[in-house]
Amino acid sequence: MKVASRAASGSRSGPQRFLSGYGQELIVTLAIVVLFVVVGTLNPRFLSDNNINSIIAGNAYIAVAAIGMSMIIIAGHIDVSVGSLIGVIATIAGTMAVSGFPIWMAWLVPIAISMVINAGVGTLVAYTKIPSIVVTLGMLSILKGGLISATGGSWITDMPPEFMIAQFRLFGIPSSVYFMVVLTIIAAIFMRLTDFGRAIYAVGGNIEAARAAGLNAERTVIGVFALHGLFAGIAGILFATQLQVIQSTVPPNLELTVITASVIGGVSILGGIGSVVGSTLAAILFATIGSALIFLNVSAYWLRAVLGLMILATVLADMLRRRRSS
Amino acid sequence: MNPSMLFRHEAILALLTGVALFGLAALSDKFFTPGNLLNQGRLMSEVGLVALPMTFVIVTGGIDLSVGSILGLTAILLGVFWQNVGLPLPIAMVAAVVCGTLAGFGNGFIITRFKVPPLIATLATLALYRGLAEGISEARSVRGYPEWFFFFGQGEVAGVPFQLWVLIICTVTASVILGLTPFGRATYAVGANETAARFSGIRVDATKLWIYSAAGFLSAIAAVIFVSRVTTTRSDMGTGIELDVITGVVLGGTSIFGGKGTVVGTVIGLVLIQALKNGLALSGVKGDGTIVVIGAVLIGAILAGALFDRNRGGS
Repeated sequence: MKVASRAASGSRSGPQRFLSGYGQELIVTLAIVVLFVVVGTLNPRFLSDNNINSIIAGNAYIAVAAIGMSMIIIAGHIDVSVGSLIGVIATIAGTMAVSGFPIWMAWLVPIAISMVINAGVGTLVAYTKIPSIVVTLGMLSILKGGLISATGGSWITDMPPEFMIAQFRLFGIPSSVYFMVVLTIIAAIFMRLTDFGRAIYAVGGNIEAARAAGLNAERTVIGVFALHGLFAGIAGILFATQLQVIQSTVPPNLELTVITASVIGGVSILGGIGSVVGSTLAAILFATIGSALIFLNVSAYWLRAVLGLMILATVLADMLRRRRSS
Repeated sequence: MNPSMLFRHEAILALLTGVALFGLAALSDKFFTPGNLLNQGRLMSEVGLVALPMTFVIVTGGIDLSVGSILGLTAILLGVFWQNVGLPLPIAMVAAVVCGTLAGFGNGFIITRFKVPPLIATLATLALYRGLAEGISEARSVRGYPEWFFFFGQGEVAGVPFQLWVLIICTVTASVILGLTPFGRATYAVGANETAARFSGIRVDATKLWIYSAAGFLSAIAAVIFVSRVTTTRSDMGTGIELDVITGVVLGGTSIFGGKGTVVGTVIGLVLIQALKNGLALSGVKGDGTIVVIGAVLIGAILAGALFDRNRGGS
């Protein structure tokens, strides 16, 4: 049924097919536009370059991590350790930068480490059949505990300015925005047009059918975890370089924010359905809501309750829509 | 599914726990003292109370990520009902527990009525309930509870911490319900094959509603004990407890796919975790180092289980 819903849309007319394929992405985009128009009318300062920059640039790392998470969920798995991983990667990168390693090494070595760690997780998941939520729950403890006991939660400061890649600007726009946009586009094309991308959908939609069709399911799972490690690594570098300090602890609840972005963006938790574009849009939507509440003088204490209600509303709408279409 | 297969994991785990207990006793002479062990029982009661219904939830093939948020929300409501609304404390306690139970019922309602996958439904309510706690409290803590209230978290009955009695009674009740009653068999049936359970006349939705409500109820009870133990109410109480609880349940041999698991296993899993935390801390490992060990034990135990019984893997 999961695979069929996308395939079935092929028989409809062009615009309808587009709508059913990208319904969730359109809803999220619409929500962002409405928020900008409404809040911008009420408080024009909301539309200032500075605010828009801080909304998007400050949360680009979440969007980048959500790209990899979407791939993981599309493949029928989940990773609850991504928040801890980003904390570990940021700390390794910052430590390398202040210890005098060449800047390119301080960027690339942590990303490579991230890929290796997650390829290891993927190997465990693929060959032992232990559910990914269990393996990554264990990884969460290992990474988080390891990080805090290694660093004692100390802060990293005085990083060389040429290391701060997220703060580089081109035409006045922070580089993290370019990273987010370019990586989303590349990932979207990759998922749609390459064999490996389609294999991810196939494995998540119906692993037995994927095997019968000659796909190496194990290798696909390991590959998608390694890819997820790549995006988490890049997210970690952006996170490490967007502020002048790195607090070497795990950002609280980051894994849930990333997973939520993927789900709101239309990735089905059952696997096989979704796109990486939606999760990026959803990450922007969250940041916009947070900023809008501040500009509307709503107490920041209610931010999470509003987010929770939104998630619930989106999920319920999605379930009702899916039931009607089936 | 024969009983020997069901108990294999628990047996391995009990052995592991025994080895860990002896090892830790050898590392530190402060570990195996009645005072220390009873105190550890006090500390594991809150996680333990939440882990009991979580075992049921996971046996049905579901998951509940919102238990920590329900705990926080109940704690805040307890403080608000008592201090801001002005209810007498006993009534405030009951009202807060009722609200916590309703929060759990809400999870069950969303999951059964709208067919939302439990992971997603409780991910949403995790944010929602915690958000309500933060919004209602506006980061203000409530203190100054009367002396008698601290009995629930700090008092002793016959030399044993009060909450440990609560945990023991709830554990026995839960294992009887899961192991010996029609409701328990319905729980396994729902987790093993929901469609088959539905066709054989089991009231699947009602079963799930009861279980998620129970998760809310026991999270709320844990909240009252938590507030009583630390003498103050804060909105971030119970943050992350869901991961500790799920780790305990899964370590205890409950299959995340549903249909398999025991309350005894969960309790052994929790004891192992608490013993490792405490024993390693006593022998000089810093608090965060123990988290690493727990993560490794979780993966290791599940891996061992999978290797001992390769056939089980395909489920």
